Amino acid sequence: MSTTEPSRQGFLAIEVDGAGWDGGDFASLGEAVLAAESAGFHAATFTDEPVPGRANALQRAAFAGPVTRTIALIPEVDTVYTEPFHVSTQLASLDYVSGGRAGWIVTAAESPEAAAAVGRSFVSGTALGQEAAASVEVSRRLWDSWEDDAVIRDVATGRYIDVDKLHYIDFDTAADFETPAGFAGPGYSVKGPSIIPRPLQGQLPVLAAASLVGEGQLPADAVDAVLVSAPTPELLAAEVRDVRARVGGSVAVIAELGVVLDSRGQAAAGRPAGFDGAGSAGGRAQYAGSADGLTELLEALLQEADGVRLHPASLALELDELSRLVLPELRRRGALRPPVQDGTFRDLLGLTRPASRYASAAAGAGK
Amino acid sequence: MTQHNRANSGVFEPSGKIQFGIFFQGVNSGTIWKAAESGSQTDFESFRRIAQTAERGLFAAFFLGEGLRLREHLGRPHGLDVVGRPDAQTMLAALASVTKNIGLVATQNTTYNDPADLAHRLASLDLISGGRAAWNIVTTDNAWTGANFRRGGYLDHADRYKHAEAFVETAKRIWDSWETPAGPARRVLHEGQHYTVDVTPRLPRSAQYRPVLFQAGDSPEGRSFAARHADVIFSAHPKFDDAVEFRKDLVERSLAAGRGANAVQIMPASEFILAPTAGEALEKKEWVRSLQIGPQQAVAYLEQFWGRELSGYDPDGPLPEIDPVVEETSETRGSGFHGAKARQLADQWRAEAKDKGLSIRQFVSSKTARVDATFTGSYTAVADRLAEYARVGAVDGFNISPWLIPTGLDDIVNHLVPELQERGVYPTEYAGSTLRENLGLGTPVRSADETAGAVRAS
Repeated sequence: MSTTEPSRQGFLAIEVDGAGWDGGDFASLGEAVLAAESAGFHAATFTDEPVPGRANALQRAAFAGPVTRTIALIPEVDTVYTEPFHVSTQLASLDYVSGGRAGWIVTAAESPEAAAAVGRSFVSGTALGQEAAASVEVSRRLWDSWEDDAVIRDVATGRYIDVDKLHYIDFDTAADFETPAGFAGPGYSVKGPSIIPRPLQGQLPVLAAASLVGEGQLPADAVDAVLVSAPTPELLAAEVRDVRARVGGSVAVIAELGVVLDSRGQAAAGRPAGFDGAGSAGGRAQYAGSADGLTELLEALLQEADGVRLHPASLALELDELSRLVLPELRRRGALRPPVQDGTFRDLLGLTRPASRYASAAAGAGK
Repeated sequence: MTQHNRANSGVFEPSGKIQFGIFFQGVNSGTIWKAAESGSQTDFESFRRIAQTAERGLFAAFFLGEGLRLREHLGRPHGLDVVGRPDAQTMLAALASVTKNIGLVATQNTTYNDPADLAHRLASLDLISGGRAAWNIVTTDNAWTGANFRRGGYLDHADRYKHAEAFVETAKRIWDSWETPAGPARRVLHEGQHYTVDVTPRLPRSAQYRPVLFQAGDSPEGRSFAARHADVIFSAHPKFDDAVEFRKDLVERSLAAGRGANAVQIMPASEFILAPTAGEALEKKEWVRSLQIGPQQAVAYLEQFWGRELSGYDPDGPLPEIDPVVEETSETRGSGFHGAKARQLADQWRAEAKDKGLSIRQFVSSKTARVDATFTGSYTAVADRLAEYARVGAVDGFNISPWLIPTGLDDIVNHLVPELQERGVYPTEYAGSTLRENLGLGTPVRSADETAGAVRAS
């Protein structure tokens, strides 16, 4: 396999859970994300699963913003028990602190505990996808609600903004949100405009697990990339093909892979498979073995998927092996996209910067 | 753990020092956008520059506000002032990685946040920053703001402090729920009128135990609320005599709440216009005022109260003879303007402007300039004035709103701070690494109820 020149170049993401929360030392969080960037990873993701000791994912991503330069920063943010208006503002702000490197892994918590914490009724089943779809739609409209050139600072007329370039979004689950089943949860509305100008990328790339995307759930055209899992590494490439056929060619497909490597004289088989515990290990393919074997596997996967996200068993140990042995070899083989200096996350995904959906509208807010 | 002795005392004792905070406003007319030096209100570089300048000047805290809905003017977004600000906690989490000692204060309301979620995010910020986070507690109630949120406008104005009280108590219980710094955390239950909370907290204590609490309400209810809960009150009384009076009032309320006379610190909102000489400072002040309130802003200011377009009126002429079309001023400009009797106000203002011979522009400038909150003068003269505040303990510090972003603190840090240090009334180094240490606040004591783990209903 290593003798053939790859025809496609993909990107690598790394889940940086384990940095900065287990020991309470947050300086190590910045160092870990910087180390991932130096190793050549294109993106870092931040899980927000409710585990004791784990700080808010979006804030951890924001912390890493000013100390990194090219790596995309992608937190998980729930859509079921959060306020869509706040979520939109927080993500847009992350885009500002990272210079346009922010993304969003949309999650929909299926958790009675999360419901009880905010005193709302428990949401499950297909209603989760609807909550996700509604929240994403609110964010996308709010991100467009200030046109790009809304801040004009026109001293002659005394106008800081051009009010015609701000737009009410008037989102309403009852009126605007169309699914075959209607909206299952308690409805809500959001007026807008956003409290913050348009994000640097215009629209942040939105990612979601492939299982959350589909008809009656989060529509494929609402996301820019899907995360694909399979029970074993061998099944992963086929699953990637299936999902791509289902969601269409315009959505990037990212394969999920847990990794335990032979490290510092210890064979992978003898090492614990990581702190993720139950749940995630269940449905996610796991690679255990040598760096060479992983390089082969990734090279093959990147022929099918646009990117692979690695979940290291131990961030410190795996990152060390990955940066010394795996990424340099993948680069040598031409399997990895070269990082874009000062590029945005959209650039990495090959997405152009979209015009605001309201930009062509003749009428501004309140007209 | 024991509380700091001074904080526990039944008699107020001045610390003899003052500290500074910086309030990056991001909205309204106080920040000049028309000058050549006016920088971006959203680029992270502006935030980094001003936070690092503040830290160089040993400022105790960096404040950010919270936006929930854009101000409106005659039914459309208000376009004449600085507007469009990022999320407070997201910016502060980013600033935590490029600063070391300065406190990071997020304004967050108790009406359109959930207690368990907000307590978790503030605890996150506190951990990420190594114990430098604070929460500036504000309340809001109006349905106009609620239009951006799932709950809509659900809270009556009269209930807002009752609601805030339950909210803050729940947040404190979430932060206090760890038996030891390593856990385990106890489940926190709250059943209230507007929501229930049932959560097992996930984050341990920070280096400063829990976030510091600031509070900004000024009504009698707001002051008593601060006396019960806050570590620092972000007051509206910077003028010397008012500050002394406010201190007396707050000491009484703190004692009545069963806390020490020094338990709550006071940092009024303020603005500094400084120069080497008094004459230069006055010239600078004129320049600042002319850019804060331009002709269009002056007319728009009156339109808020008149409820109608007044663009035909000359900003350099007298106040409009035409009467307001509204009964009461609306909430859309901000809570400070809400509910004034429009006709009565217009009559009063016309009389006042005529009396003093003020044009629309001059009148509005006098109304918006926060005369009391502005310290204008030479570095040495202003330092002398501030030393007097420190000597009698009128305030514990000032929360400064710079009129320029991001260079608005340069004068203060380069010239005023050294003058204050020479007078022995300003820190010469950070006392510690946490905000609580730097403000000289005691470690919070867990309530007896909390130790018993009681379920509370209100």
